[in-house]
Amino acid sequence: MRFSGLRVLREGLTGNRGWTPHWRDPEPKPEYDAVIIGGGGHGLSTAYYLAKNHGMTNIAVLEKGYLGGGNVGRNTTVVRGNYFMPGNSEFYSHSLKLWEGLSQELNYNVMFSQRGVIMLYHSDAQRDAAARRGNAMINQGDDAELLDRNALRKLLPYLDYDNGRFPVHGGLLHRRGGTARHDAVAWGYARGADQRGVDLIQQCEVTGIDIENGAVRGVQTTRGPIRAKKVAIVTAGRSGQVAAMAGMRLPIESHVLQAFVTEGLKPVIDHVVSFGMGHFYISQSDKGGLVFGGDLDFYASYAQRGNLPMMEHVMEAGMTLMPMLGKARVLRSWGGIMDMTPDGSPIIDKTATEGLFIDCGWCYGGFKAVPASGFALAHLMATGQHHETAAGFRLDRFRSGEGLMDEEATGSQHNLH
Amino acid sequence: MRIAGRGMIDRRKPVSFTFDGRRYSGFAGDTVASALLANGQRLMGRSFKYHRPRGVLTAGSEEPNALVTTGVGPASEPNVRATTQEIYEGLAVRSQNAWPSLDFDVMAVNDLASPYLGAGFYYKTFMWPRRFWERVYEPVIRRAAGLGALSGQPNADAYEKAYAFCDLLVIGAGPTGLMAALAAGRAGADVILADEDAVMGGRLNAESEIVEGQPGQAWAAEVVAELAAMDNVRLMPRTTVTGAYDGGMFGALERVNQHRARRGTGAPLECFWRIAAKQSILAAGALERPVAFANNDRPGIMMAGAVRVYLNRWGVAPGKQVAVFGNNDDAHRTARELAAAGVHVAALIDCREGVRVQGAAYPVLSGAQVCNASGRKELEAVTIRTASGEHKIQADCLAISGGWNPSVHLTCHLNGRPTWNADIQAFVPTPGAVPGMRAAGACNGVFSTRGCFVAGLEAATAALEALGRKPVAINFPEAEDAAYKLEPLWAVAGKGRAWLDFQNDVCVKDVAQAAAENFRSVEHMKRYTTQGMAPDQGKNSNVTALAVLADATGRGIAETGTTTFRPPYTPVSIAAMGAGGQGKGFAPERFTTSHAASLAMKAPMVEAGLWYRPSYFPRGQERHWRQSCDREVGFVRNAVGICDVSTLGKIDIQGPDAAKLLDLVYVNTFSSLKVGKVRYGLMLREDGFVMDDGTCARLGDQHYLMTTTTGAAGQVMRHLEFVTQCLHPEWQVHVISVTDHWAQFAVAGPKSRDLLNGLLDAPIDNASFPFMACGAVQLGGVEARLFRISFSGEHAYEIAVPARYGAALFDLLVARAEAMGGGAYGMEALNVLRLEKGHLTHAEIDGRATAGDVGMEAMVSDAKDCIGKTMSERPGLRDPKRGQLVGLRPVGAVKQLTAGAFLFAPGDEAIRENAQGHTSSVGFSPDIGTFIGLGFVTRGRQRHGERLRMVDHLREIEAEVEICAPVFVDPEGGRARG
Amino acid sequence: MRIECPICGSRDRREFYYQGAAVALDRPAPDAGDAVWDVYLHLRDNPAGETRDLWQHEGGCGAWLVVTRDTVTHAISAVELASDVKRAMA
Repeated sequence: MRFSGLRVLREGLTGNRGWTPHWRDPEPKPEYDAVIIGGGGHGLSTAYYLAKNHGMTNIAVLEKGYLGGGNVGRNTTVVRGNYFMPGNSEFYSHSLKLWEGLSQELNYNVMFSQRGVIMLYHSDAQRDAAARRGNAMINQGDDAELLDRNALRKLLPYLDYDNGRFPVHGGLLHRRGGTARHDAVAWGYARGADQRGVDLIQQCEVTGIDIENGAVRGVQTTRGPIRAKKVAIVTAGRSGQVAAMAGMRLPIESHVLQAFVTEGLKPVIDHVVSFGMGHFYISQSDKGGLVFGGDLDFYASYAQRGNLPMMEHVMEAGMTLMPMLGKARVLRSWGGIMDMTPDGSPIIDKTATEGLFIDCGWCYGGFKAVPASGFALAHLMATGQHHETAAGFRLDRFRSGEGLMDEEATGSQHNLH
Repeated sequence: MRIAGRGMIDRRKPVSFTFDGRRYSGFAGDTVASALLANGQRLMGRSFKYHRPRGVLTAGSEEPNALVTTGVGPASEPNVRATTQEIYEGLAVRSQNAWPSLDFDVMAVNDLASPYLGAGFYYKTFMWPRRFWERVYEPVIRRAAGLGALSGQPNADAYEKAYAFCDLLVIGAGPTGLMAALAAGRAGADVILADEDAVMGGRLNAESEIVEGQPGQAWAAEVVAELAAMDNVRLMPRTTVTGAYDGGMFGALERVNQHRARRGTGAPLECFWRIAAKQSILAAGALERPVAFANNDRPGIMMAGAVRVYLNRWGVAPGKQVAVFGNNDDAHRTARELAAAGVHVAALIDCREGVRVQGAAYPVLSGAQVCNASGRKELEAVTIRTASGEHKIQADCLAISGGWNPSVHLTCHLNGRPTWNADIQAFVPTPGAVPGMRAAGACNGVFSTRGCFVAGLEAATAALEALGRKPVAINFPEAEDAAYKLEPLWAVAGKGRAWLDFQNDVCVKDVAQAAAENFRSVEHMKRYTTQGMAPDQGKNSNVTALAVLADATGRGIAETGTTTFRPPYTPVSIAAMGAGGQGKGFAPERFTTSHAASLAMKAPMVEAGLWYRPSYFPRGQERHWRQSCDREVGFVRNAVGICDVSTLGKIDIQGPDAAKLLDLVYVNTFSSLKVGKVRYGLMLREDGFVMDDGTCARLGDQHYLMTTTTGAAGQVMRHLEFVTQCLHPEWQVHVISVTDHWAQFAVAGPKSRDLLNGLLDAPIDNASFPFMACGAVQLGGVEARLFRISFSGEHAYEIAVPARYGAALFDLLVARAEAMGGGAYGMEALNVLRLEKGHLTHAEIDGRATAGDVGMEAMVSDAKDCIGKTMSERPGLRDPKRGQLVGLRPVGAVKQLTAGAFLFAPGDEAIRENAQGHTSSVGFSPDIGTFIGLGFVTRGRQRHGERLRMVDHLREIEAEVEICAPVFVDPEGGRARG
Repeated sequence: MRIECPICGSRDRREFYYQGAAVALDRPAPDAGDAVWDVYLHLRDNPAGETRDLWQHEGGCGAWLVVTRDTVTHAISAVELASDVKRAMA
């Protein structure tokens, strides 16, 4: 079924009885050309691009829970292309371009809204660091503007410019950045993949990876064994457990990142505003909730929930930066499992096992990467070659030190990125 | 309409308030909802999507309909539950999400378009043409969405946070909680009893029942009084425990002053508590659930239990002709009490077959269902379906009960999943879901008052045992012990929209459509329909919605599962949880001993770490900071300048193994440093990149003083503790931060020694105090430390005195310097001075630089191991193509340089692939007469003399630059030694 | 979350700094080879269950601690002084 305004009208007139499943619930087949472990954003987009770009349709996505139930369904929906380290720059730039046509490409309104991302700076040194980032973005072909406080005041009149703990000097504006409806991204890719023949298999947990003579042969699942010569691990925070089934240890530590949403409010924040000194960022959803977050809780965790210290820190940051937020009430808090790497940048690579691929290490930046990550992993799985936009995301870069992409410059301690 | 003789309001104290500008009168003890109902004002809100007129549904914090805005200006507070907001004299209440008025809301047109606005419609449209999403559709949607509005003005109210500790936290002060608190309190445990209501007692205040021979309300008041008299019990009314966290931590919001006019009192509006409890008892009660039928959202349709609250707590009859509809015995109680209070009961409709009520003064329809309701802004009639067909009866209020859902929420905050209990057709807590917490009473599926007393006592006894305390005997109060019997009824079949989630306008058909579109997982259904995502977080609707989903997908409810309840239990203001953050409170402020003097000299202060440091010291005619900066640079280069450098980290290191420690943490060797000497040191992280740099002085054979940069002081201290405790606990060495103990000042410039010799008790000369010497000196009898080190490249010293002498010494040094043609200098001049010498800051050692990158690989000792050495030998860190530190000077027409610009070969396009490096720091050098800069250029050290193009897209500056050595002034270093 | 510091007693989590897996105690020899160093600095078991982490009571006594903790439930089962653990390793 093709979605359109006309279709909505027609269904409305006939009692909305004609809507059909967005995807099938097929039984797993005994064998596929490729199996993707993990039905989150990255896994689903990988399946979609394998089918669409490479004609591989005899593939399955295996999801132990429900589709889109991981970080793609529990993030703060920010999309931006404002990275500056070579390796990241070209990748996120590519992802942003894919975002810009995604609703039309998927025939699914992912509500990508380029409302502009603003990173604030509070000192001359931070201004210069922001300038380096902005110049790198323009070198890459993306957009950036360095705003002084007068220019910023016009966009964000509600900040406490002078009395906050860290007076605001200006900001780096990235107009093409913004937000999207996170669940819709997962569903749109799922529907697109399903329409191209991909089997999306929910409630199917992988319990083992079959390897013979150094090559992958398939997986064991709670719904029986499935043979496949190509298997991709796309399981974000759970990557360590799944990789262990293939005898691998990963350079990853899983941490909890909390996020928060307030009750619905009339429009008050138009942009995505990021307050580096307070590890605080905020935007307002189309429904009216203020969606915001902060830093990791900092301890290794798989709990998908956090604790008060970071929650309060985030609220305090909001109050020093935007004291007009005070009367907004936090409605819900939640947490995601972040696969933190030693340089804060991701991994899309082959492994030592032939036919076994891995896509992980997205830290807390995986949502914006969903299109390009699937695009690049599909390319790697189908052609055996790294896609040019993701050639830097190698598994061995930590051992060799070559091509490290430490955007935060905090070094090899996983939780500091 | 008030009922005489009922309610806990104080009828001697009338209170007036306004709603949408109209004046209303209530009584002390009323909520906005009870007072409005008493005045016959039914319409209190509009729904989110269809803007349907809505009245109050509940009597508690779970209220989905009656959301209002209170206050004006910065005190304006959106989305306040009319059901919990107590009235006070002068309270201004406004309706929200309606325009131009609550009574006539233009957006109600959405209701007519509802066939096209069903579940997930927006995912299927608004995509063409592409640009219209952001330019047309989305702005319209955003304006229509949202509930109340923020004022947009900075918060002007006081909020606080606090900690509390207890043996036992009892959450909820209904019959269960009161009994538990009483038992634990009498046993001597430290108890906190928290309840979200203003008056403790829970349902005892809502019912008319007899406890121990007296009205339940009176019994509760007696127990509360006894508890209040105990020193070991803390009562926290108006306090909602909002979240359960790890290790017995709870978050709780106390509405300290939300119930009274408070301007100018200084008392906080709200206080957010962090409660550490060894044990906890959840006695949060239960929430009644509606039944879905067509137009079940009409104003006047209320929960049956809430009707009793309005009747018994506030003496308000919510209607003149009340129909009651339910699937359980509890509905009967509502009919009974209404009739007893003299309210006309139009009918009692029980969906169960064969139900009889002896001597009922109203019609009882057994095996019947309410299947529709009419009356747009006020309920007028309900349609009843019986075996013999459908008929309408007149009613202006319908009390419904679909059964009770235990308030399991807090037991789910640590990821616990509740268990389906088929007997009561509801989820109950899974024991052990929160360590140390016992759920008891109604929140555990026990609904009789006596049952709650028993459960409360049992829970308290178990908690006391876990605390190692002896329980004391307690007599049970006599109370009702009726069985709770119900027959499941979730949704009445029929045409029309039947509401589940009143706030988000999710109807039965939306859930059915979601299931048809294969959003069959409960999480998918929730996200697709927005069921349970509104301000009540599904408290009123989740269980019913998933029963409907289970039905649509042919599964059982237990198998369908639940979504997750997450903190907070009820929404908490950002101001409360972020209390203290507003203004400067977000992070500590650190002040040097010269802070006041710097302010007196009108120096703009800038952030450095958490410290404030002077940017420059403006003088009379200077109009631009550069003029001041240039002058201050001149002080140091030509006379003598004074700068407070106390913010640099100072770490005292002592012990027989002190030298070993330093040899391990620095790339270079410190065991060979002579006593009385200072050495520059470079420190790596274990991953091989530079962590920090600074000087380290050997004050004695086993005594060193390490200096760190201002920003990295904490990190370095932690690193040293790590090495001494985690890697070499066998070493005898102690480290301690003495940053705050010493005030330290740079005295820099050719006249620095002259200045010092005018102050020191014993003068120094080049022989007694050569470059890189250090030692103890005396200054007017005060023990001080002197270091002959130089960040500026001039003949310079740093002198340190105990912090209490800092302010006096700064004033003295500046006065002497001014007399010698110099004076104080600030961060701007400091930066230029160090740039001219190519000294590093964290702009260069930014966490991605190796020792090689900054030209210091020769410092890395071959003779010993050090932290980071092995990993610094990784091929990627030794790559000759890496950017290397260079100096840069403008050689073209444009003389300005900027930091954060990129460098390209002349003629190359300024794109990522062509970048050869970037600028890290720049400044105007008065000595050289142009801007100078530091930067990193691939293979830069071999390219001195080469020209590059500096491009700063953002500031639209392009300059031709020449690569040079990163030392612009006195490259031989003679001045510092002179 | 609260942590029982062996020196100071039960304290709020915000007094503590978290570093990561306690493997950091086991610093390899300089010549152990890049594979061993890669393991030391980067590769992690990252268990969903019991883990031994390094924390420092930074806002208190400054002691580094080895905390045995469950990464799924956050339950803390043991807290030891890192220096004691390190000495026992020798």
